Amino acid sequence: MGRPVRTQSEINEQTTLGAAYVRSLMRSQLRAGLAAFAVLAVVLGSLPVVFSLLPSDLSLWPAGPTLVWAVLGAAAYPFMIVIARWYVRRAERNERDFADLVE
Amino acid sequence: MNQAYAVAAVAVVVLATVLIGAYGLRISRTTSDFYVASRSVPPRLNAAAISGEYLSAASFLGVAGLVLAQGVDMLWYPVGYTAGYLVLLVFVAAPLRRSGAYTLPDFAEDRLESKRVRRVASAFVVGVGWLYLLPQLQGAGLTLGVVTGAPRWLGGALVAVVVTAAVAAGGMRSITFVQAFQYWLKLTALLVPAIFLVLAWQGDGAPRTTFDEPATFRERTKVTVEQTLRLNIKDPLGVAVHGRIDGVRHTGDKVALPPGPHRIDAGTVLEFAKGTAVPEATNGAYSSAGSRWSRPLSGSRDDHPLYASYGLIIATFLGTMGLPHVVVRFYTSPNGRAARRTTVVVLGLIGAFYLLPPVYGALGRLYAPELLLTGNTDAAVLVLPGKLFGGVGGDLLGALLAGGAFAAFLSTASGLTLSVAGVLTQDVLPSLGIRHFRLATCLAMAVPTAANAAVSNLPVADAVGLAFAVSASSFCPLLVLGIWWRGLTAAGALSGLLVGGGSALAAVAATISGRPQHGWPHALLAWPAVWSVPLGFLTMVLVSLATRAAIPASTGATMARLHLPEGAAGPVERVQGVGQ
Repeated sequence: MGRPVRTQSEINEQTTLGAAYVRSLMRSQLRAGLAAFAVLAVVLGSLPVVFSLLPSDLSLWPAGPTLVWAVLGAAAYPFMIVIARWYVRRAERNERDFADLVE
Repeated sequence: MNQAYAVAAVAVVVLATVLIGAYGLRISRTTSDFYVASRSVPPRLNAAAISGEYLSAASFLGVAGLVLAQGVDMLWYPVGYTAGYLVLLVFVAAPLRRSGAYTLPDFAEDRLESKRVRRVASAFVVGVGWLYLLPQLQGAGLTLGVVTGAPRWLGGALVAVVVTAAVAAGGMRSITFVQAFQYWLKLTALLVPAIFLVLAWQGDGAPRTTFDEPATFRERTKVTVEQTLRLNIKDPLGVAVHGRIDGVRHTGDKVALPPGPHRIDAGTVLEFAKGTAVPEATNGAYSSAGSRWSRPLSGSRDDHPLYASYGLIIATFLGTMGLPHVVVRFYTSPNGRAARRTTVVVLGLIGAFYLLPPVYGALGRLYAPELLLTGNTDAAVLVLPGKLFGGVGGDLLGALLAGGAFAAFLSTASGLTLSVAGVLTQDVLPSLGIRHFRLATCLAMAVPTAANAAVSNLPVADAVGLAFAVSASSFCPLLVLGIWWRGLTAAGALSGLLVGGGSALAAVAATISGRPQHGWPHALLAWPAVWSVPLGFLTMVLVSLATRAAIPASTGATMARLHLPEGAAGPVERVQGVGQ
């Protein structure tokens, strides 16, 4: 399976060195994924609580309803795309670093 | 509404689907033809195809209906549907593509070397697929009913027959550009009428009062009650009645209904004066939030709205990765890197689409409030053009929406049916060859069709929410732990799937059967993801730790294959299960 580049055969044959390479790549990729997920979860996940704490009489705060509509109806999407782009750049950089390491 | 245009639009969409299915049969005879050819699909085209398949009845009709009925809180549905792709991207997309698996059971067997895990995963794919097919059929019945007056079961049956025929013939999914075209068709079908509707709304003086008040009839409105209604009104209601209320016949006389429960027989025509607050059905799907409609978390359907919000968020954020028709599409990317880039484009495409349904929900509250009375809120998208425009313009826009809605049912339903039928063929039924796949296709569609006849009052987006909850409690732990944790064992995966997914499935069954209806027991069962997802993860981890000795010997090699970039380590992919 696979065409052997020098280090790739090590990785595939489960040498200690190969396993260490894979583990370090996995760790950096998992860190990137968890960081992106944490930003998503903290920002969007806190919104229901924030909204529930809005003053109950909205006439005291005229921008309130519009703001909620704007956040959930529109702003959430570009926010998620920004996270996604950041993550993809980071993940690809991790893979490039890994490739540099094995060659 | 002039039915001719709408019928023509639906007919064109259905006919195109059948023809494309037949054409696909000729140019793509085996699954492997499709998959191998698709390796070269560029991210943009593939992303449009994924989005085309993903945007279903729930997105096209259901979100607007829920926003009409319950207000801003329901925007968590589209946000969650989109966020699900982001979570899929950061934890699953590239490794799943590199695994070479193109179904979830393939992945489970490959990673854990266990036929038993494979079989349980197959059962869940079928369960989630059926739960997700049900609202597609309901949406189709609703759409055809609204545009032509056809009985509810007919539209569902039409979609079921067309999809079964197209999938059994074999071509449907094989053409990526068709699914991509479906995306642009759905976007156009929702965008163009939305522009006209917003212009008409501005021409009407851009009224917005109902955002903070109970929905009211803006003009004298006649409402025909199609199914017997139970109303529970809070304030005295004056209305002209043709028909039977509380067992008494009326022939056009004005009736003053005192507060309290009332029964309105099917066929009754109610005529409301301008400015009357809309009474809300209690045997419709749910009642709306009334005066606090534009305030989040005030939905009166749930006694525990904050909990319900989190139930919805967890189910949609984590459930997308386990939907059977979503996973299979990642195999069509040339490599893991392309799978990631594709997902980013998907986020953009579905995000753009989801800007539109809330517009229909808000305008529906203004101009079609009688939908609250009949509980028929999923029809909001379809009836709005007729409310705001008379004549040919309104008919044409309505026809465009009906055609787009049918495109949504057909594309999602065919993707789901293909996935479910594939799993039934491979893992459930005894092997009988190609005829056998056709049998599985019929079975894949027969069960939700039968359920569609039995369960009629579940709102479209809610039914989809339940499918997401089951998926999040079973496949999310399997995929995330399978990809990132070496300690996962077959026994752990098996018990996690059964405990997490099984308890979510039981909660869903209790909710659909309608008990319990109030308080915490109802909230916990209607929004199971809050407890069933952690339960699934916990079970999987604890049982894996207890059976540490049984970690598959191939784990190290599999992990290398999942995570090594294709370029750096050569083509380490394994083509598995392609072409039977």
